[in-house]
Amino acid sequence: MPSLQEMAKKDGAFAGGHRMCAGCPVPIFTKMLTRVTDGYEIVAGNATGCLEVASSIFPYSAWKIPWIHTAFENVSASMSGVETMYRVLKKKGKITKPYKFIAMGGDGGTYDIGLQSLSGAMERGHDLVYICYDNGAYMNTGVQRSSATPMGASTTTTPKGEQSFGRQGTRKDLTRIMVAHNIGYVAQASIHNPVDLSEKLKKAIELDGPAFINLLSPCIPGWKIAPDLAVEVARLGVETKYWPMYEVIDGEYKINYTPEKDIPVSEWMFLQGRFKHLQKPEYKDVVDAFQQEVDRNWNWLVRQAEAVKLLSTEAKN
Amino acid sequence: MSECMRQINPDVVPAFPITPSTQVIEDFSQFVADGKVDTEIITVESEHSAMSACIGAAAAGGRVMTATSSAGMALMWEMLYVASSMRQPIVMTLINRAMSAPINIHADHSDSMGARDAGWIQLYAENNQEAYDNLIMAIKIAENMDVRLPVMVCMDGFIISHCVQTMQLEDTEKIRLFVGEFASTYPVLDTENPASWGALDLQDYYMEHKRAQHMAMKNAKNVIKKVSGEFADIFGRKYELFESYQLEDAERVIIAINSVCGEIKEVIDERREKGDRVGLLKIRSFRPFPYEEIAAALEGVKIVTVLDRSESMGAYGPLFTEIRTALFNAPQKPMVYNRIFGLGGRELFMSDIHDIFEENKTYLETNRVEKMFDYLKVRGG
Ligand SMILES: Cc1ncc(C[n+]2csc(CCOP(=O)(O)OP(=O)(O)O)c2C)c(N)n1
Ligand code: SF4
Ligand SMILES: [Mg+2]
Repeated sequence: MPSLQEMAKKDGAFAGGHRMCAGCPVPIFTKMLTRVTDGYEIVAGNATGCLEVASSIFPYSAWKIPWIHTAFENVSASMSGVETMYRVLKKKGKITKPYKFIAMGGDGGTYDIGLQSLSGAMERGHDLVYICYDNGAYMNTGVQRSSATPMGASTTTTPKGEQSFGRQGTRKDLTRIMVAHNIGYVAQASIHNPVDLSEKLKKAIELDGPAFINLLSPCIPGWKIAPDLAVEVARLGVETKYWPMYEVIDGEYKINYTPEKDIPVSEWMFLQGRFKHLQKPEYKDVVDAFQQEVDRNWNWLVRQAEAVKLLSTEAKN
Repeated sequence: MSECMRQINPDVVPAFPITPSTQVIEDFSQFVADGKVDTEIITVESEHSAMSACIGAAAAGGRVMTATSSAGMALMWEMLYVASSMRQPIVMTLINRAMSAPINIHADHSDSMGARDAGWIQLYAENNQEAYDNLIMAIKIAENMDVRLPVMVCMDGFIISHCVQTMQLEDTEKIRLFVGEFASTYPVLDTENPASWGALDLQDYYMEHKRAQHMAMKNAKNVIKKVSGEFADIFGRKYELFESYQLEDAERVIIAINSVCGEIKEVIDERREKGDRVGLLKIRSFRPFPYEEIAAALEGVKIVTVLDRSESMGAYGPLFTEIRTALFNAPQKPMVYNRIFGLGGRELFMSDIHDIFEENKTYLETNRVEKMFDYLKVRGG
């Protein structure tokens, strides 16, 4: 694994001059795509969303690798086609170099409208790494809620109001749904930790078969945070256990980082304008419910990881 | 159609089952399982993904085919436009079937007619032989460098797709030679010259790209003629943009699409024996639509009955509107009117076709079209 300094010297997949918002952390991962591993030609596909729109305004493109976008809900399917054609042309001897394929989508294109095509591609076993950058809403179209939007967040389709505290109910746990596909590699990572992220990317790319990475990626206007705060907010999302960093390799859970302190999730929430209204005393129960959900998920995860440890010691005995 | 696909031996076939096109995919899957083709099938989880995978695979740089019907193509809708706008030469068998609701598995053209503005070349076929031949030619038409557009090869569900007809199967080697090697343009798999596909294209460029697509469709008209000529030279069966059956001296003409044309021809033969000057114009290429050629072919005709096997609620049938447009600038316009028939597979018998010729005879004699638009063989009308 190259160090971050060495990595930075390599040719990146993604050029400057794109039109993502100032402070948007999404390019942190796109620049990495060709840097984490040698020996592969990388081809990328994109679902409609911020990354796609801001990186490819004709006649310009920020992509220095082959890149294809066809629609919002189908990047997994269109990349299934690209990957399958590669296998055919390789078999016929028309291509000799080894290739790897990356599909990228926002939470809307992944948790919601693209879930079916993602599920299909993973189940069929294409050699494809899917990276979901989860910014918790449909940002490109103006911050509408998605099934990844956390409880209580005010979005343009779940606005706070006289009768509403914002998004009702709890978010979907897509990472676990992907684990249920019995694929070789599933992980959660965060944009604030490039070392962990690059290691995960490398594992996912080098795996022969489908892999899925869910990446926490704060959004400046959507989360209503200052442009220099994205990385810090992501870090706190992990420290408060809202977004555990873990990986599931062949079905076995491993937590990659356990926060030292128990920081209440409200500290993460109240850094962000989208939760600000919940500071009012009458919404204490919403914040409590949010905390309970975070605790429940974390404890569940700890139990999975412990079960794995237990099984492996039993196997040794 | 699956046999034809075996002979063509495409690189990738993404597909999802739907009656009546399922068997095409099932039979082809068996060819793959038996190693009779080099193709990889992608057994996608929906037709939306089927067309998405077709686009990805074609853009990657190889030959791609699929098949579907009705609701299946409706689910592809969004991607049909993307396929043609990305100029991917995908060839799709469309076994025509009625759109739901009510759900119905039988033939009409509501599926393909709804997609007529999606930028696909549409070829239609009266019988299995024509469908088979069209599929072979479609590859060459789609992949022509002046065209690079997807082609839909349409035929009537069950009536043709599940009907045993004698036909001439051609030699596989001859077909492969005819269709030739696939030539790719800016393939996604070319990492030396990385291309970006599917960019955001705003007010400053979108219209130029749309016009380029329109020009490709215009070019397709000549390419269809050229490829059909080459096909005739090798295989002996000659096709035009449309078929003129007993048109030269015809006074009264029916214009129709697909399987019903078989019966119409028989009725014409019967009537011709008694000296009745009737004829048929059978559409083969609906997109691109041969306006000038049709107008020229109808010179001297006095009355035209346009049969539509689908409808555009609140408007005339889609074929009728094209025909009337084609005739509008003709020096001598025939009388022209529209009949809707055969929705959801309802049969039109030879006696019904005789009735049409009787009716247009009366219209011609009285010099008056009593009903511009009507249904044939419907209760409660
Ligand atoms: C079929 C379809 N429905 C709706 C849209 C409009 N649309 C484009 S991007 C988008 C939201 C994208 O959200 P997400 O996937 O989370 O990515 P982000 O913009 O947040 O990066 C929506 C609703 C579309 N392009 N296609
Ligand atoms: S809206 Fe959010 S996700 Fe989109 S570019 Fe801006 S900061 Fe990034
Ligand atoms: Mg989003």
